[in-house]
Amino acid sequence: MKTKVALTGNEAVAQAMKQINPDVVAAYPITPQTEIVQIFSSFVANGEVDTEFVAVESEHSAMSAAIGAAAGGARAMTATSSQGLALMFEVVYIAASLRLPIVFPVVNRALSGPINIHCDHSDAMGLRDSGVIQLFSENAQEAYDNMIQAVRIAEHPDVRLPVMVNMDGFITSHAMDVLEVIDDETVKNFVGTYVPEDYLLDAQNPISMGNFDMYDFYFEHKRQQVEAMKAAKEVIKEVGKEFAKISGREYGLIESYKLDDADVALVVLNSAAGTAKGVADELRAKGIKAGVLKPRVYRPFPQEEIREALKGVKAVAVLDRAETFSTCGGPMFADIRNTLYDLKNDIKVVNYIYGLGGRDLRLEHVQQVFEDLENIRKTGRVDETVKYLGLRE
Amino acid sequence: MTPYNPFNRNFGSGTRTKAVRPDMKWHELTRAGNIYEPGNANTYETGDWRSIRPVWNKERCIHCLFCWRYCPDASVIAKDGKFETFDYKHCKGCGICAKVCPVNAIDMVPEDEIEKVKEANKDEN
Repeated sequence: MKTKVALTGNEAVAQAMKQINPDVVAAYPITPQTEIVQIFSSFVANGEVDTEFVAVESEHSAMSAAIGAAAGGARAMTATSSQGLALMFEVVYIAASLRLPIVFPVVNRALSGPINIHCDHSDAMGLRDSGVIQLFSENAQEAYDNMIQAVRIAEHPDVRLPVMVNMDGFITSHAMDVLEVIDDETVKNFVGTYVPEDYLLDAQNPISMGNFDMYDFYFEHKRQQVEAMKAAKEVIKEVGKEFAKISGREYGLIESYKLDDADVALVVLNSAAGTAKGVADELRAKGIKAGVLKPRVYRPFPQEEIREALKGVKAVAVLDRAETFSTCGGPMFADIRNTLYDLKNDIKVVNYIYGLGGRDLRLEHVQQVFEDLENIRKTGRVDETVKYLGLRE
Repeated sequence: MTPYNPFNRNFGSGTRTKAVRPDMKWHELTRAGNIYEPGNANTYETGDWRSIRPVWNKERCIHCLFCWRYCPDASVIAKDGKFETFDYKHCKGCGICAKVCPVNAIDMVPEDEIEKVKEANKDEN
């Protein structure tokens, strides 16, 4: 049974966590994630979930407690944003290398400094190479859907990796959105009962985890993590198909919007994809063949799918909501350009940094990007590879 | 050893391998380096970390077994209440045994000198 409701992104994620009913949640509040933990702790207090809630003293402890719980055999979760994720940094790598299926929403917020509480992707991009799976959500519906699927992806025997579910701070987390929620029983059956394979509280099969790994083994274990990431691509698609059966919404690794015949395309994560799609529609009405590619999964990176989706376009703009300070563009720009290189068909790829620290991405910004792309397509000339959108210059 | 099968994505799972060996390939090792066999540190030889080695002086030893008690690595082997030998496969050459010996019956000798003696003996033979 499906019900249409009006919820903020944070409420939708808390609702998903309630329906998943994890064994352990260890979390520390941070804007704009606070509501998730606050709402979820009220579910715990009201006896609506069976979860052991651990109010820890920091995000480093939050992930550490989740690791301890998961290693002990529990279905464990945490949630954070920005500085919280930065403080969690070293333990996230450990969760990934221990192959613990911890699901954790991250409400994307700019990293200090200067201090700021609003949306950008610098927090998530900081953990891009940590070995966790990163899902991105355009709106509250996708955040809710991603949370439920994340459990299945993380716990799949071929994967066993942490999954970070991203959504844009305030834009998605605090804005009221209409979405369809699935009934408790269906979600319960979909996520199933967690059956850990190896866990410390299994008295019949003693095990040692987190062992010292020297130069003669570390490399091999890192290679195993890569294989789990490769397997995750297939598993994410399988879970997405199965999720369609209970929700009517199918998810893959990417969303292609009007790319089949597109001349110019924009690649963008999270909520800005909605803005981009709206502008693409307007431009199509004026005869410009515009399309949008929204990676739903950023790690593992869906290279084959993106190459296939963009092979026919003439000019691509990658929108990054994070800086790398490499002076060569944002993080996703490097990935997309790398992806298109082997096609050898001279697709022009340019980069726009936008929305840092919560700066709005306006319709006219996206229109400007498409106009630039049209010019590049017509003239074959790129004046500036990396530009800034909405910056006072 | 089983060859890597790309269609079996679930490698390393349930391979409750008795001993993990440094010659194993990445897909043959247990997932995340989990260890299923208690006490398997014995199979991981750490003796080659040593740059100086303890050498026992039989004449001086009074078999007080201070060395056996103080060794942080169980590398002093005693039998029937008497010093027997060092476990050179695991002794890391920390020198604590030599330090605590009340009669200076343990000398710490650089490994390269041991090598030189070995070479010399080889030449004589």
